[in-house]
Amino acid sequence: MFRLDKRAGSVIVWALLLTMPLWLNAVGGYTQLGSRVVILALAAMALNFLLGFSGLSFGHAAYFGLGAYGAGLTIKYLVPNTLVGMGVGVAAGVAAAAVLGLIIARLRGIYFAMTTIAFGQVFYFIAYRWNDVTGGDDGLSGWNRLPIDLGVGTVDILHGDKAFYYLVLFCFAVAVAIMAALLRSPFGRTLIAIRENESRARFLGIPVDRHIWTSWVISCIFVSLAGTLYALLNNFADPHDLRWDQSGDFVIMAVLGGMRSFWGPLVGAAIFVVLQDYVSSQTQNWMSFIGVFFMLVVLFFQRGLLGMFRRKSAP
Amino acid sequence: MTQLILYNVFNGLIIGAFYALMALGLSLILNLSGVINFAHGGFLAVGGYLAYMLVPYMGFWGALAVAPILTAIIGVVIERLLIRRLYGRDPLYSLLFTFGLAFVLEDGTRFIWGPQTLPFSVPDWLSSPLSGQFFFLTGYRVFMVLLVTGAVIALFVILNRTRVGMRIRAGTLDLETVSALGVNVRVLRNLNFGLGIYLAGLAGVLAAGMLGLQPTIGSDLIMPSFVAIIIGGLGSLPGTLLGGLLIGLASGLTTVFFPSATEAVIYVLMGLVLAVRPRGLLGEEGRF
Repeated sequence: MFRLDKRAGSVIVWALLLTMPLWLNAVGGYTQLGSRVVILALAAMALNFLLGFSGLSFGHAAYFGLGAYGAGLTIKYLVPNTLVGMGVGVAAGVAAAAVLGLIIARLRGIYFAMTTIAFGQVFYFIAYRWNDVTGGDDGLSGWNRLPIDLGVGTVDILHGDKAFYYLVLFCFAVAVAIMAALLRSPFGRTLIAIRENESRARFLGIPVDRHIWTSWVISCIFVSLAGTLYALLNNFADPHDLRWDQSGDFVIMAVLGGMRSFWGPLVGAAIFVVLQDYVSSQTQNWMSFIGVFFMLVVLFFQRGLLGMFRRKSAP
Repeated sequence: MTQLILYNVFNGLIIGAFYALMALGLSLILNLSGVINFAHGGFLAVGGYLAYMLVPYMGFWGALAVAPILTAIIGVVIERLLIRRLYGRDPLYSLLFTFGLAFVLEDGTRFIWGPQTLPFSVPDWLSSPLSGQFFFLTGYRVFMVLLVTGAVIALFVILNRTRVGMRIRAGTLDLETVSALGVNVRVLRNLNFGLGIYLAGLAGVLAAGMLGLQPTIGSDLIMPSFVAIIIGGLGSLPGTLLGGLLIGLASGLTTVFFPSATEAVIYVLMGLVLAVRPRGLLGEEGRF
């Protein structure tokens, strides 16, 4: 029924993403919503990249938020330049991930999950408590993204929502291409070997902890990139971007779409963002709604949407 | 200065005892069922609010006795209907499920009792200071420490001396063998979950007496409990107890010298412990 081969599926996905600003308004969305979907999908795909190999990180919001604050603080206080802000944001997230990764990469399973959650909280409390610089609970405002000067001309991403969308999509495409290439590389194959049988991989002489550390840092690069884009989208960095609720959102996006499928997190992010946008405009009790949604997905949708299609189409 | 340090050390130990109480419940469930119960804080809030409802009818002591039991019953029902389905699957799913459950419980309490802080009064003789010099030693705090101590001793007696307790400990080590020996593992896990939630409910009543009641009371306390478990070592209940006391003490002492790092310090401590001993202070190698 839904028998699409992989390449055709990818072509459809890219066609939809490239033309999104053209049809999104017609179906009741708006360009900013599209940007949000793509940004959160990038974060969820980065998480999914890790999920396939070393385990569940429930703390990716920390690096997402570090990216957001890194970009915001740089643009607000240091250099009013969007690209520099993004660079600093990613660097901040990756630096933190590299250091904490030394501890985290040695752990597995439940221990891994719990430790990633707990470490994520440090940055939340720093952002929350360091009022003078980060704006505390109110978040970091009073700055905005700036037009990008490419030398041959400037791209006005501040006023042109569509221009910003295409910047986001460009970053997304680069990140996705790198992740896909990594999955096919010897490095990716080694990670799969580790996932399937860690002790055998160890006996074969693969430095398991180092590989897991590397995949952790790679995943965090893309999550921080998503974080910088998210801050630029809102012209705002929110301490709740750093909190464990946000990490949970990433995980549910990955699960909802289908964890073992490459495009799953994108589908999950689209559903989640649209639903959240709709529900929070309709009711005050969005928390209950999201909570019940999580529970239902876990009980009935464990394979995710794309996983279901695949099962049906399997011979 | 001495008094200030003493005050904060004492305060830290109280908070630590409190974290430990909550973390022990989490640890029980985690050890036997492999479920990281994110909703533990939600159950804590439920316990506090139930006590708040019961106080007009049965007074503080009645509420203290009954509310945790009611909370445990709610927990047992939820385990039986929902959480049981997730056993044996990737811990990811139970984590996500209880994550959603935590949202529902928090929002549910907010829906029923409102977002504002509700006062929760304890008997007068409990809230007066015990001595003029050590003004911070209110009766309630001493009472809390005693009660937590009592609860912890009772828990360890149950686990070491009763048949159910020994089965729980055996199941933690090797559930399959316990099952093969004729123990009904489903009932065992169910009871164990109830026991864990009972501790959360008890912590909820105590927290309500100290902080007042807010829907977010549970979600603010869940993370330190995680840290207590990680520092103590997964799988070890004495470790969890030790971890709780340590992080309480650490945050108490930090309050004296660098107040704005009070929350962050426990995560730094966790990082240090994990860097030296990846399995936690009292955790056994090779489990989890």
